[in-house]
Formats: sequence, C-alpha cells, structure tokens
Amino acid sequence: MNAAFQGIGASVRRTEDRRFVSGNGHYTDDMNRHGQLHAIIKRSDRPHARILGIDKTAALAAPGVVAIYTGEDMQADGVGGLPCGWGVKNKDGSPMAEPAHPVLAIGKARHVGDPIAVVIAATRQQARDAAELLVIDMAALPGIAHVRDAIAPGAATVHDDVPGNVCYDWHIGDKDATDAAFARAAHVVKLDLLNNRLVPNAMEPRCAIGEYDRSGGEYTLTTTSQNPHVIRLLMGAFVLHLPEHKLRVVAPDVGGGFGSKIYHYAEEAIVTWAAGKLGVPVKWTSDRSEAFMSDAHGRDHDSTAEMAVDAEGHFLALRVRTIANMGAYLSTFAAAVPTYLYATLLAGVYKTPAIYAEVKAVFTNTVPVDAYRGAGRPEAAFLLERLVDVVARETGIDRVELRRRNFIPADAYPYQTPVALEYDSGNHLKTLEGALKASDWAGFPARRAAARAKGKLRGIGMSTYLEACGIAPSKVAGALGARAGLYEVANIRIHPTGSVSVFTGTHSHGQGHETTFAQLVSDQLGIPFSQIEIVHGDTSKIPFGMGTYGSRSLAVGGSAMVKAADKIIAKGKKIAAFLMEASVEDIEFKDGKFSVAGTDRSKTIGEIAFCAYVPHNYPIEELEPGLDETAFYDPKNFTYPGGCHICEVEIDMDVGTTEVVRFTAVDDFGRIINPMIVAGQVQGGIAQGIGQALLENAVYDDQAQLVSGSYMDYTMPRAHDIPGVAISDEGTLCTHNPLGAKGCGEAGAIGSPPAVINAVVDALSEFGVRHIDMPASSQKIWSIIQSSRLPMAAE
Amino acid sequence: MPQVSLTVNGKTSTVEVEGRTLLVELLREKLGLTGTHVGCDTSQCGACVVHVNGASVKACTMLALQAEGAQVITIEGLAAADGTLHPMQEMFREHHALQCGFCTPGMVMSAIDLVQTHPQGITEDEIRHGLEGNLCRCTGYHNIVKAIAAAWPIMHGKQVPLAAE
Ligand code: FES
Ligand code: FES
Repeated sequence: MNAAFQGIGASVRRTEDRRFVSGNGHYTDDMNRHGQLHAIIKRSDRPHARILGIDKTAALAAPGVVAIYTGEDMQADGVGGLPCGWGVKNKDGSPMAEPAHPVLAIGKARHVGDPIAVVIAATRQQARDAAELLVIDMAALPGIAHVRDAIAPGAATVHDDVPGNVCYDWHIGDKDATDAAFARAAHVVKLDLLNNRLVPNAMEPRCAIGEYDRSGGEYTLTTTSQNPHVIRLLMGAFVLHLPEHKLRVVAPDVGGGFGSKIYHYAEEAIVTWAAGKLGVPVKWTSDRSEAFMSDAHGRDHDSTAEMAVDAEGHFLALRVRTIANMGAYLSTFAAAVPTYLYATLLAGVYKTPAIYAEVKAVFTNTVPVDAYRGAGRPEAAFLLERLVDVVARETGIDRVELRRRNFIPADAYPYQTPVALEYDSGNHLKTLEGALKASDWAGFPARRAAARAKGKLRGIGMSTYLEACGIAPSKVAGALGARAGLYEVANIRIHPTGSVSVFTGTHSHGQGHETTFAQLVSDQLGIPFSQIEIVHGDTSKIPFGMGTYGSRSLAVGGSAMVKAADKIIAKGKKIAAFLMEASVEDIEFKDGKFSVAGTDRSKTIGEIAFCAYVPHNYPIEELEPGLDETAFYDPKNFTYPGGCHICEVEIDMDVGTTEVVRFTAVDDFGRIINPMIVAGQVQGGIAQGIGQALLENAVYDDQAQLVSGSYMDYTMPRAHDIPGVAISDEGTLCTHNPLGAKGCGEAGAIGSPPAVINAVVDALSEFGVRHIDMPASSQKIWSIIQSSRLPMAAE
Repeated sequence: MPQVSLTVNGKTSTVEVEGRTLLVELLREKLGLTGTHVGCDTSQCGACVVHVNGASVKACTMLALQAEGAQVITIEGLAAADGTLHPMQEMFREHHALQCGFCTPGMVMSAIDLVQTHPQGITEDEIRHGLEGNLCRCTGYHNIVKAIAAAWPIMHGKQVPLAAE
C-alpha cells in the first residue's frame, strides 16, 4: 500500500483531530449567544414523593432571576410530554403501559434527579443561587429501586395508572417446543444472573441552547445529540407542537455519546420553549453529578437462564426469564432494548433449535434506563456466554470444544434463528481459531503456574459473541413497534470546481466520520480525499437522517452514500457521453475518469462537474444542470458482526484485585474502511466492557436513593485498568448492503464482559465459584478468598 | 468585584471575577478559551488541566483569584504561531489517541507535564499511573499511552523511542 493511498482500507489519520488537539473543537457548551440567559434545573432529591406545592417567591426575588417555570406552567402553555419511540405489546397482544412523562414533574417526583422546575437568570451562578431558594413542599412516598421489589405484592406504585409497576410482559420463541426439549434433556443447567446498571458517562456533559427568532418565528436548538433530526421530529411533533420548518436542531462537536445522547431529553424542550417565552437565548449545561441522575442509564437486568443439553453436549433448548428495569419513565427507545435488541439475540452463535424468552419490563424510582453501548446485545451475550461456560463445567466438556460443537456452521448461512432474526453471514470457527492462536490459549497452563509462583491466581476466559447492528428494515421494525423509519440519507454535492460536500444524516461524536466517509466517497468517485468534506449534525443543511446509534453509520449511512455516488456516476455518464459523442452504454467510470470503452478518450469527474454547472456545451434538453444527488437507503436486514474475545486475568489473593493481563479480540466486522479507527473503536469498547465487568456499578439503596452519584463513588476505568488489546480481523462480508460492512462501534462492549467474568470465574475455580455477578469487585473476590481461608484463620 | 491579573498563553489580562469563580470558568467564560473543558464537578476527570507556572493543574480546583500574577498555558497556547503543532499534539493525532476529543486538551496538558517531569525516560507503567487524574471514555487509553511514549524522545531531543510499545 503506498503512502498516499487514502481509499478503503487505509489507516488515514483523522481529519477532525487537528481542531481537537488544538482546543478548537466546537462543543455546545463552548458556544454563547448574545444576550443569553442561563437555566438551572431544580431536581428532586427524593426517590419518590408527592409535590404538595412550589413557592417561587423568594427565588423570584433573588438577583438576576428572570423566570421560574414548573411542570404546570409548561402544561398550561400546551407543552406535551416526552414521547416513547417504540411500543411493545404484551403476551396477550395488548399495548404496553405508557404512563405520562411530563417535561417537568407534575404532582409527583419519581426518581432522584426528576426535574421539577427551571430557574432562569442572567448568570449560571445566579440561577443556581436562586434554585436554592425555591421551596418545594414534598411528602415522601416509599421508593423502589430493584426490579424484584417493584413486582412484589404490596409494592408502592410508581405511576398511579400502572398498578403492579409492569410496563409490559412480553415473550418470544416457541414455548411448547422449548419445554418439550427440556423434558428429554440429559442435562439441564440453570444460572441466575444480574446485568449491572451502568451510567454511560460520556466525558462531555449534556448541554442545550434554545433560541427564538422573532422575525420568522423560528426556533433553533443546539444540543449534545447523536441524532438531531430525531430530536426535531420528537420535540416538534409531540412536545412543543412546532412544524419542522420552524425548528432547526444543531448537534455540533459532541463529546461522546454511547447511546446516552440519542434520547430526547426534557432540558432540550425546556430551553427551546423558554427561549420562545422570553425572546432571548436560554442555555443549560449539566453538571457531572446532575448527569448521574438525569442521563439515561444502561443495562439493569435480573435474569434466569436454563440450557437443555443432550448427552453429547448439543444444546437442545434455551429458556430465559428476564426482568428489565425501565426506571421511572420510558425513555425514547427504552421499550425496544430488552425485547427486540436483546431476546432476539439469544441464539448467539449457536444452532440451539428451540428458544423461549419472557421479558417483564418494570417501573422503579430510578433514572430511566435506555440503550447504552450495545443496548440489549451485551445483556444477551453475557447471559449466553456465561451459561455456556457453566454448561461446559457441569457436563465436563471442554469449553472450547462445547462451543465448536454447537456453532452454526459457516455453510449454514443464511441462518434462521428460532428468535426472529435471519443471520446473513459469519464464520465463528474462523474467529475462534484465530483468537485461540493469537492469545496462545494452549500456552495458558504455563502462565497460570508462573502466576501462582508469584502468589497470583490466573484465569482465562472467552466469549464467542454475535450481535446485530443497523436495526432494520423499516417495515419489519414498524411491525414490531418502532415509531420511526430506520433508513439513512446521504446527499453528495459536487461543486463546480470539483470539490465535494457530503451531507449525512448520521452523526459523529468520536467515530471519525469526517475521515471514514471521505475515504469512502473518495474511493467511489475517484476524487482526492482532501477535496471532500463531510457535513453532519444540522437539520438546516442535511435533508434528513436518523443519526448514529446501534453501530449503523457505515452499514446504513455509508450505503446511502454509495447509492448517492452511483446516481452521480449515472448522471456523469450521460454528460460524458454527450461531450465525447459516444453512447451512454459505452461510457466506463473508473478512478475518477469517464472513458469511452476501447478508446483513449476520457473526461475527469472534475471536467464533468464544471460542465454540469456551466452548461454551455451540455445536453440541456434531456438533462438538468448541476451534479448533486441524494439517496435514502433502507437496509434489507440487520448486519451481524461477531467474533471471539479472550481475556486473561490475574487476581491478587491478598487484596482481591483483578488485573486484566492479556486481552485478545478477533472480530468479524465485514468490510473495513479505516483499520486504525476500527481498532480504536474495539479498544474503547473493550475498556467499557472491562469497566462493566470489574469496576462500574450504579448503586441505589433500598429506598431508591442514588448512592453512586459522582466520580467519588462510581468507578470509571482509568489508564492502568485497561491493557492494550491484541486486535485482529477475520471478516466475512455482509451479503445485503453494497459495502459488505457490518459495524464495529459496540462490539467491544458486547463481547468483553463475559470474557472477563469467565476468566475471573476460571481463576477462582479452586474456591468452588460457579458464577460471580458484575462488577467482580475486589471486595467480592476478597470475600470469596477469605471465606475459603476461614478455617485456617480460626486455628 | 475583585480583579485578577494573569498571563495566559503570553497575553496579560486583568479581569473582574467573583471570589468563587474558578480558574476554568475564567478561562472559558471571561477569556473565551473554550479548549479547556469541564467534565466533572469533583476534580477527577482532568478535562480542565492547564499549566500554571509550568506545572499541570486542574483548573477546576483553583480559584481564579489564586492565579494572580501567574503564567498560564492552555491547549490553545501549545502550537507555534505558524500553526505547527506541539510534538504531543502531533503524536496524539499520529497514534489515534483521541476519538470525541473532549478529554484531549486535558490529556495533552497532563501528558506534556508527565514527559517534562521524567527527563531520564518513562515506562509504560509510569505513563499509565501518571494519567491517574485523567479520564477518557472513548479510547480505552492504550493509544494515549502510545502517543505519550512516542512524544518523549521528540520532546527530549532523543532518537530512540523508549518504553511503551
Ligand atoms: S473538570 Fe473534572 S477535574 Fe476539573
Ligand atoms: S476521546 Fe472522548 S473522552 Fe477521550
């Protein structure tokens, strides 16, 4: 590969980095508008309480205060509640419970952090001071934090109109076939597991600026969002009742999202509405502590999994019961996460013939839970890959051999699972064998012995995961309850002198789209990388789009770009045919040149563009001038990335700390555009997975008070917690999109937690440990080791 | 309101601040230097790191008034006047040590201090522990460690790269 090559497959250094390393990024909080006021949100410090009254008198009299609004003020002005973007049906076909989600709490506060009022003042400090003077009279109610408490008889009711706190009781798969398989199984292995609640913690706290232009009656919201068009749609249609052409949503540089910036949040509606009321811009910036109690959390499943196995170790059936915590309200995509993004993935990489899963989603007095990097697939992978290890142990079959024996073979694709999905491609044996080799699995016993000689317990664990990206197609998702389309949009505009602007409906908040997409378009059109700019994050510039989540940007957004490029080429051929007096069928396009087949006559795409914009010599009768094409791409299916992660840990027997000493990832992401960026996504995703497995935990006490509410109490992975991962690729191409791309953004966070816990359990096997819930903290491990030493201590 | 005079990136300013104003607020809100970020309210994330009189400091742990007479360098003050990046900025870019870029200014400022305070060489372990006060949610840190190891010989005028692979 020569140094100048910047097309598909090159590790091009990122275009966006120059501004970020120089401090010239434009994040929302870096922007200030002329005459802006500052908003502070007064939040509930109680988990659950009736709001008896709000006395604004003292706060309104405080210096600088301009206005204070409550939920009742906004409701009286016609402001609607926050909508949920996905409706799930109960087993009996009835719709899920969808209680009201007011922008500011009305009547009751339902979780610590529930917004109750907004104080708007000249400075942020003045607004903060005044918020302290706001008197909210509250009568405490019993709080519920944990899912089993929520469905216990006599539990307090989070929403008066949802008795029993059940949002939905849903199922998937063939119950009878599953039960029948269990009845004839040689072994049944059962495992209870928790998937710990996480706080996403993108490093940039959320921020929103609302503006109102009186002259045209137009609103602008600048916000830390992964999908500005979705915010415009939801906020415009459901909350503020504004038509799209009067509402512009801008998501500039965004400092990480991981799912938490997908959703339409109350503060976006509050600042936009207040800007209209007051006629001046209103800005709100979250504190980190505020983020802990107002950004949607992730995971929080309580599950029981059972595998029926025959005498040879073949999986006969899988039965799963999960209770999923929705938190106090339904966040934008919350309902879809423990159903269509979780239970549909329970087949994993195995040809288990019968699967039945039941999922009960419940309300509690906690922060709403929604998609966090992986969204449902990490929960599925963790459950399945832990269960497979326990099956191996209890049947006495080697864990690698057990996996091999049950893999869907590479020649079985396309493969219809018993839980709705049809996988298009994959080769699990290849990623497994690649990872065994790269990790020197065979050499592990020697490493374990060496560690033991130093007083350390060493364990090795793997996961052979599979996930689903680029949720689609729109029609199928719609039938399953999605209330939006799931396509993506690209607009390629070739300018008269040959440079290119590409407008994409996806959004980059760390993924490096300005680089990857420019490589892609450069490859398609043969225009130099440096001549291509990627534009995203502004509803006034981009035709439409669904944003970035679910690792969809390349597979869906990139495919839209390929389609738009195809249209450019098709039009260019017509122009070239006219200019070179040839027939369109004889024009070939390659490396930026239109040539007449079998001749040396050709025109560059730059010449064609110039001709299209200065149409002096142009087929104007048949063809419009200009070279600017838009494409919408609706995928035919999900894509199915997968792979094998192998983790080795060493546990310090004296203090119980776990160090990840080796980590190997061999993944199948389909076509890769920029290997450097892909490896960065894998390393970052695995860091979050190691964080979940060993360190992170959002803790609520039994009264639903948030105990881990800041970086003082919530353990974020730091540089010395995360090793460099050995990353390689054994890709198979996706068969249904034009790039063959699958997506890589979340895989690291999906495959790694079970690999880490499998390694920890392996390290602790001599203590009879069968399972350990995440996070496998040093305290938990120390206790396990200590309890086994007790007899000695008693001597 | 009290006043504070300080030199930021070579430019001296006198600014009125409240007693409770933090140095990071002064930089971002009064001087418009928004490259220095705020990622937490408990002085743990390191997004706000700047150099005060040559040493790295979390600008959220210091009152603006405490910076009276100080020489402050922020991320905006690193590149040469002609736009040439500081070697640490260059190595962050070369080694893909940033994704969303939000932690990057603080990381780069901490990293420079780390390299400057290890003139004899620096190990991977020292780099990792030296980043104790800087959180990054995107990169998984490894490329940051590589970038710092790669910047060390350049900053110390050495040929041979040291430490981390
Ligand atoms: S802002 Fe987090 S340490 Fe200063
Ligand atoms: S690059 Fe996003 S937090 Fe470090």
